[in-house]
Amino acid sequence: MDNIQLENTEPVLETTKLNSQKKLQLWLKNNLFKDWKNAIVTIVTLMFTIYLLANIGKFLFASEWNVVTDNLRLLFVGQFPIEEIWRLWVSLLFMSVLLGTSWGVWRGIIGHVAISLGALLLVFGILPYTENESKVYLFSCIATIVVFYFVGKYVPKLKIPMLVLWILYIPICLSIINGFGVLEPVKSNVWGGFLLTLVIASVAIICSFPIGLLLAVGRRSKLPIIKYCCILYIELIRGMPLIMVLFIAQLLLPMFLGGIQLDNVVRAMIAFTLFSAAYLAENIRGGLQSIPRGQFEAAQALGLNNVKVMIFVVLPQALKAVIPAMVGQFISVFKDTSLVAVIGLADFLGMGKKIAANPEYLGKYMELYIVIAFIYFIFCFLMSHVSKHIEKSLGVGTR
Amino acid sequence: MEVKKTTSTPLWRNRKIIPIIAQILFVIIVGTVIIFMVNNVISGLEQIGLTLGLDYLTLKASFPISESIISYTPDDPYIRALLVGLLNTFKVSIFGIIFASIIGVIVGVARLSDNWLVSKVATVYVEVFRNTPLLVQIFIWNFAVFLPMPKIQEALSIGSFYFSNRGASIPWFTLQDNTLIWLIVLILLIVGSVFLFRKLTKVSLESGKSTYPLISSIGLIVIGTIITFLVLRNGPFGLSVPVFNGNSFDGGTSLSIGFMSVLVALTIYTSTYISEIVRAGIMGVPKGQTEAAKALGFKSRTALRLIIFPQAIRIIIPPLTSQYLNLIKNSSLAMAVAYQDIVGIGNTIINQTGHTLETLLIVISVYLLFSLTTSLLMNLFNKKFQLVER
Amino acid sequence: MESVFGVNKLTTPLTEREDIIKVNKLNKWYGDHHVLKDVDLTVKQGEVIVILGPSGSGKSTFIRTINALEEFQKGEIIVDDIALTDDVKNIEEIRKETGMVFQSFNLFPHMTILKNISLAPIWVRKWKKTKAEQIAKDLLERVGIPEQANKYPGQLSGGQQQRVAIARALAMQPKIMLFDEPTSALDPEMVKEVLDVMKTLAESGMTMLVVTHEMGFARQVADRIILFDKGEIVEMGKPEELFDNPKHERTKAFLSQIL
Repeated sequence: MDNIQLENTEPVLETTKLNSQKKLQLWLKNNLFKDWKNAIVTIVTLMFTIYLLANIGKFLFASEWNVVTDNLRLLFVGQFPIEEIWRLWVSLLFMSVLLGTSWGVWRGIIGHVAISLGALLLVFGILPYTENESKVYLFSCIATIVVFYFVGKYVPKLKIPMLVLWILYIPICLSIINGFGVLEPVKSNVWGGFLLTLVIASVAIICSFPIGLLLAVGRRSKLPIIKYCCILYIELIRGMPLIMVLFIAQLLLPMFLGGIQLDNVVRAMIAFTLFSAAYLAENIRGGLQSIPRGQFEAAQALGLNNVKVMIFVVLPQALKAVIPAMVGQFISVFKDTSLVAVIGLADFLGMGKKIAANPEYLGKYMELYIVIAFIYFIFCFLMSHVSKHIEKSLGVGTR
Repeated sequence: MEVKKTTSTPLWRNRKIIPIIAQILFVIIVGTVIIFMVNNVISGLEQIGLTLGLDYLTLKASFPISESIISYTPDDPYIRALLVGLLNTFKVSIFGIIFASIIGVIVGVARLSDNWLVSKVATVYVEVFRNTPLLVQIFIWNFAVFLPMPKIQEALSIGSFYFSNRGASIPWFTLQDNTLIWLIVLILLIVGSVFLFRKLTKVSLESGKSTYPLISSIGLIVIGTIITFLVLRNGPFGLSVPVFNGNSFDGGTSLSIGFMSVLVALTIYTSTYISEIVRAGIMGVPKGQTEAAKALGFKSRTALRLIIFPQAIRIIIPPLTSQYLNLIKNSSLAMAVAYQDIVGIGNTIINQTGHTLETLLIVISVYLLFSLTTSLLMNLFNKKFQLVER
Repeated sequence: MESVFGVNKLTTPLTEREDIIKVNKLNKWYGDHHVLKDVDLTVKQGEVIVILGPSGSGKSTFIRTINALEEFQKGEIIVDDIALTDDVKNIEEIRKETGMVFQSFNLFPHMTILKNISLAPIWVRKWKKTKAEQIAKDLLERVGIPEQANKYPGQLSGGQQQRVAIARALAMQPKIMLFDEPTSALDPEMVKEVLDVMKTLAESGMTMLVVTHEMGFARQVADRIILFDKGEIVEMGKPEELFDNPKHERTKAFLSQIL
């Protein structure tokens, strides 16, 4: 036994600390140049990436951006009457208050959102193309976010008021725009640009949630008539392209409602709501299915009736389980609002299309659409980033 | 001892009757709404003077369609126009599905690569093209890439591929007399080689001798192809190369700007979702499987092919099906760039005839048909890969 | 322990106590399968009845018919003088008076322990939040885990979760407690803590129907043991009678398999 010689193995662990240069070398070796095949791949990819970036850089610096800078107002708020734009700034300030306070109260991911939006506002504030009045508002918003961060940080009791205010945010903003007797309403046919995108998306998201919830519960009902009606609706809507639902709303809705004239924007909102509700219903149904039967039985055994079982036991668990899927659906709604450009509404993309039709900007399409794409990208990326974070943080709470 | 509450149950508290009452109420409410809407539609149509019916489909279409697989003139009836639209939708969808799947798999595997640069580039690709709305991407390809191409006289050329502001002209296959014979021969060769592969594998497993099944079966196809070529003195397809004749291109096949924009945008956009599905599928195979394969001595490429991929495919197929369906539905955006798919043509018909309801119903049925067919095909495919469980 | 929950077993003889559960010719079918055959049972207040039997014998199905978690086609069940019919109101009343403890605990994972226990008292018994929470805290003390009130079920061990489940059922102050294999899903070292709680509960005079495989518990605590097999009651009697002098062949067969 004593004769067994152990082979001279290399030390597995380096007991001395690697200095930063060695760490870099090690990392490069493992991640980029592990073997000769990998090395070739790395070099080819690197060359390709550099070529791409160089071309992108050339484009960014050599182009004229007047197609965008001349039309900032149109792109963002459409044909909103100039003298009433203060209402939109007030809404933005209001949101800055909520955002800053929420950041202070909850910290965490809201900070990412606040900083990104603040950075975006800053970029627009610095641009020489923004009007001075707008700049004042922009910088006030940034300042508001920061100030209210500290307010929220030191007054944690604001949690519940914040939640209430966030829920009421859209109705309050719509009221400001509408006037409601105190001020002159701003008709929805002049809303345009990014404002219109936000409004349609928000209304669709908020209204589709209760409908989707009812559909999901109905689809799982044991009552056959209710179940099959819900299945019919869900499968019919999911089988159709969104553009068709928009067409049906535009062309047929007035006929269905007996000649009541509805605004184009309202018809689009209805279409998006009904469309999104069907997809939400499937997401929520997945959550409902994941609740073990024992939960339901335990609640029943305690004497809770079916409605109370739903409210207290089943729905809280089911909805929590499908928050990532639901947020994904909301992001889709936001992207899908761009489709109103096809039916002639002047949302962010639609306004871009109208601007592109101006002969003055012939040939500048890439600059215009790239900026539009970039703004969409920022918002969608931010939303999916937040969603991933929510997903991770919801895994907490078990031992 | 008195037993309380044994008196008969009032109907509204009887747990067997309550569901019936609930459904009756539901039918009444929903039914009333539907009847209200139907009435409105009927009286609305009366006012305009239109009657519902499908006869209008036989009327002359009187509008041109810029590209079509089958022959079409404006003298053809509406129903033929709809068929052209259907085929256009099918064309862009099938190529979109094929290309998006190929790119999606490549990007998905790239995201899982050990190479940091490769996986980061793949991630950037996915994030950029997934977070930009599809319509915006279609517009960019259409208005900012393909439309500004040079005039046809100065078309950009890459080999025999020509790009101008009228679209692209590419070399394409042409049918020949012996295409059918070639097709039959190829099918026979493939079937034969599969049988040969199985037989040789079986023999090699039973007898322990190496029989080189893969090489033999591929060899069969190669030798068979060569023999057929020598006999027929012609390939299966001809190749037609576009040649400029001063005005346009003869030969090859031309692709419109709209078609290319929709195809490229759809492919890239859907490939990002497919790459995520593929990635989730591969990661969803339990790590123990890879470890067991390595422990048995498999090279990592073989392990991927024989052990990981079949199991990953099970996870991948259901979400992949819904992505294919999404692609088919998203192709409807083609009408924004003047590629006349079935929605675009349906829209034209509605504008011309006013038969909104009937046309919409037809288009909806077409999409439902597409959905059902794709789901059925994928279900069949799925069944093949299901685990046999007890 | 004071008889908070029921009859003082030491002073009231069996014959003077009320019938709290009456089951008469109970029959249940699952499709063609005859799951419960002509089951007759009368339970006096304060009795502890342990139900034994092989798996598939219908014992779990039986106690789940008592609180209407399972339906039955023929026969009658009367709980606390309330007839179990299709009347939703009757069912609700019966469920208020019967508490159930499940094999898989079934605690609500999204609520704290305190909220788990106080949920039904607030929303079904309609008690004030302060009263319900006080009762909850007292019960947590009784089952031995007062410090867990603000934790979540996922943070507790199996034995602790089951004790919370017992407290949750007791918070409604029911007259009857039903136990469906309460310790079968527990690791062996946690079985005793739950059985101890059940023993104390039995001694305090609670009427209990317990489906279990724990023979020691049955022998010590049961007033009556019932053997179920193939959907019917094969034999019924005091623990000493059943374990030491089983009368039927099937009883002997079953006992020989487990003892």
